[in-house]
Amino acid sequence: MAIISVTSTSVAVNPLKQSQTVGAVLAFMGLKGIMPLLHGSQGCTALTKKVLVQHFRQTIPLSSTAMTEVATILGGEERVEQAILTLVQRSKPEIIGLCSTGLVETRGDDMGRFVKEIRHRRPELDYLPIVLVSTPDFKGTLQDGFAGAVESIIREIPQKGSKQDPCPTQITILASSAFTPGDVQEIKEIVTSFGLVPIVVPDLSGVLDGYIEDSSSAITANGTTLAQLRSIGSSVFTLALGDSMRGGAQILEQRFNIPYEVFGELTGLTAVDKFLQALADISGVSVPDKYRRQRRQLQHVMLENHFYFGCKRVSLALEPDLLWSTVSFLRSLGVEIHSAVTTTRFPLLEKLPIKSVTIGDLEDFEQLAVGSDLLITNSHGVAIAQRLKIPLYRQGIPIFDQLDHGQFTKVGYRGTMQLLFDIGNLFLEQETKVKH
Amino acid sequence: MNPTPGKINDSFSDFNSEDAPQQQKQKKKKSSTQLPQPGTTQGSCAFDSAMITLVPITDAAHVVHGPSGCAASIWGSYSSLSSGSMLYKIRFSSDIDENDIIFGGAKKLYKGILELARRYKPAAVFVYSTCITALIGDDIEGVCKNATEKTGIPTIPVHCPGFIGNQNLGNRVAGEAMLEHVIGTAEPNTSTPDDINLIGEHNIAGAIWNVLPLLEKLGIRVLAKITGDAIYKEVCYAHRAKLNVLLSSKALINMAKSMEKKYGIPYIEESIYGIESINQCLRNIAAKLDNPDLQERTEKLIVEETAAIDEKLSLYITRLQGKRMILSIGSFKSWLIIFAAKKLGIEVIAISTKNNTEEDKIRLKSLLGQDGIILEQNSSEEILQIINENQADMLIADKRHQDASLTARIAFLDINQERNHPYAGYIGILEVARELYAAFYNPVWEQVCQLAPWEVGVEEAGNSQQEEI
Repeated sequence: MAIISVTSTSVAVNPLKQSQTVGAVLAFMGLKGIMPLLHGSQGCTALTKKVLVQHFRQTIPLSSTAMTEVATILGGEERVEQAILTLVQRSKPEIIGLCSTGLVETRGDDMGRFVKEIRHRRPELDYLPIVLVSTPDFKGTLQDGFAGAVESIIREIPQKGSKQDPCPTQITILASSAFTPGDVQEIKEIVTSFGLVPIVVPDLSGVLDGYIEDSSSAITANGTTLAQLRSIGSSVFTLALGDSMRGGAQILEQRFNIPYEVFGELTGLTAVDKFLQALADISGVSVPDKYRRQRRQLQHVMLENHFYFGCKRVSLALEPDLLWSTVSFLRSLGVEIHSAVTTTRFPLLEKLPIKSVTIGDLEDFEQLAVGSDLLITNSHGVAIAQRLKIPLYRQGIPIFDQLDHGQFTKVGYRGTMQLLFDIGNLFLEQETKVKH
Repeated sequence: MNPTPGKINDSFSDFNSEDAPQQQKQKKKKSSTQLPQPGTTQGSCAFDSAMITLVPITDAAHVVHGPSGCAASIWGSYSSLSSGSMLYKIRFSSDIDENDIIFGGAKKLYKGILELARRYKPAAVFVYSTCITALIGDDIEGVCKNATEKTGIPTIPVHCPGFIGNQNLGNRVAGEAMLEHVIGTAEPNTSTPDDINLIGEHNIAGAIWNVLPLLEKLGIRVLAKITGDAIYKEVCYAHRAKLNVLLSSKALINMAKSMEKKYGIPYIEESIYGIESINQCLRNIAAKLDNPDLQERTEKLIVEETAAIDEKLSLYITRLQGKRMILSIGSFKSWLIIFAAKKLGIEVIAISTKNNTEEDKIRLKSLLGQDGIILEQNSSEEILQIINENQADMLIADKRHQDASLTARIAFLDINQERNHPYAGYIGILEVARELYAAFYNPVWEQVCQLAPWEVGVEEAGNSQQEEI
């Protein structure tokens, strides 16, 4: 049981949290043919884009209503309409993902009404789904923006066809912002090997090979298709990966009566066991040999290498879902959690099997982490790691000083092994340094 | 809502009225002051660029008064380097939440400044307003005044909510803030007739460090670097310089003009990218300082430096001569690449003139020669077509055209990598040559063009089948 503490400073030093818009746009990137549109000043768009481009090292389609000073005084409805019309003409998107920003939320733009009235005035846009999500910068964080976008998507797009028969092999997977494109790829492979047909929302595995021709007229080339999204009502089960996806799974339960299960983490022997058992139960297919073999490999690796983990002290600064997953994994190898910092209040935090969690910034992290053996946070932790002379393992967003993060995989038995080796090597390196 | 400071509007009019004969020309360049259009704009905002301009003051604390997202998003994107204090790397934010929006965030900001002043002891504090805090009308002027009195540390308000406009406006706002609150507030210990300010080079990847030694060799003293590896104090006494040298960008031209008016400091616009440019830059500085002895020393230095560089370049020339490249970059960096190409014997077959002024376009065309192609749309499709039609060996562009080069399987150089490589000064051209060489001769090109052994068989079979038919 963790005690949650909030630091009482008047100034945030080196913020850990990212804007909700970053999360929402990241989620939208996993839908095919989407053009995300931020209603705010053009800087909101440029800065959101910057974070994602830094992290993924590739073009990110994103557009802005480009609020000006005058528009800020008079209201932005016209600009939303104009932006949508321009985008439809130029980029021909299949979906528009419309996000608010701190600016227009402070102004009080009623975006729900905007969309309604635009629809009324422009019947020619009837074919075009517009997914609206509220993402002010002054509350919430990347993870909330991501979850909010996923909830809006599945509230807006899947259809309630009365004749739709459930498809016995089709399942819906809601994957939170804690999972990389590589993770999503691995999850899809695992699920498919049970004979199931997964619809992943959002399917970031496409982001890896997304071929985008020209950023000024580009829409995403991969990801969950509109047809897939519409057919979600026929899925027989929802797998919510990451606790922030619980809300989304509940929406599907309410709308289509689809049962769901939440998996907080897919890293670590027990967690993967539980996941595979669930897939076997849903599909009626026994766990494929490939994974039985991988499981034995992982057991072997854990036995051989646990010496490097026992009683090591690790400090983490991560978003709640990723924090939960990483803490669970480390604890399963006998690591002590020295300190944990996160971005926002979250129901799961109290249940973390550690003494305390601090909701704070990277300055708090720097103070709390003194004396630990390893730091885990995003690339902004590099300077802290240098000052404290403690090695850093990068997780979260943004990671901009390392090459493999899009493809990096930490889920499944194989991903668990990868994470174990990565972190174990850092510990081992420290030990050998002392010897020399 | 805080009104946009009147001065900024004034500076718009200044911009035109001062140069009455040039007005015609200015109009053509006016794209920078055009209002952004919904659904089309790509650029960043005034807040972002105000921070880019001022954050390289390394011993100051830079506080974003707004949601922490604004501070987090700009963090880590500029590699402006420091030779001293690392305080500027720390991101401070008043972390405005819903509660502050309802009740006002000024008090929190004030408390925050006192707290960071106590803990970090900065030389100065810069406070940046954002869309949200401007909209709710927080009085940052007042907060800064009170904080200055309370802490004794100069605290400077920067009115840069993103919605007031684009990057150019943000640069100007930053310039205004320095003019009003910083420049002229302290005196240097000594003064020489060869004191200059370098304006507008943020020391990205250490660019300025390629130039400072040259000036030092000539006995020219750089009083202030505005801003790039700057310390607060030096910006304070920038008004004692004899000459302002605007480098590579017009971003702070209004500031140079104001300083000319207010302190009688003339300014020149120069570039430090490319050998011709740096030669000219040094010559013009010497000429403007009106020191014949200095001019003589400058010529000598130019001869020495170019000879040293020529020797080091000879290896690259033998390997790169005769290659053909396409250039699609819409900024001052295109000159650098064109001159480097000339030096290395590389032929530039096509070029984009986007974002260039009419004057620049004419100059670019003349440099290209008769067969030169001007990229009209600057789209990936157009670039791809030109690559195929002209047997180009290399594409130099920003990252969004990377796919075109991958499709055509020709070498690619992302010019914005200058964030990691200092291209400035004489040494800069070596860096460019090294990168061009690395891109041309990388063995990955050969490998990724190869089909898999099983694909080879299939293709041949497919071809022979076709022939039979």
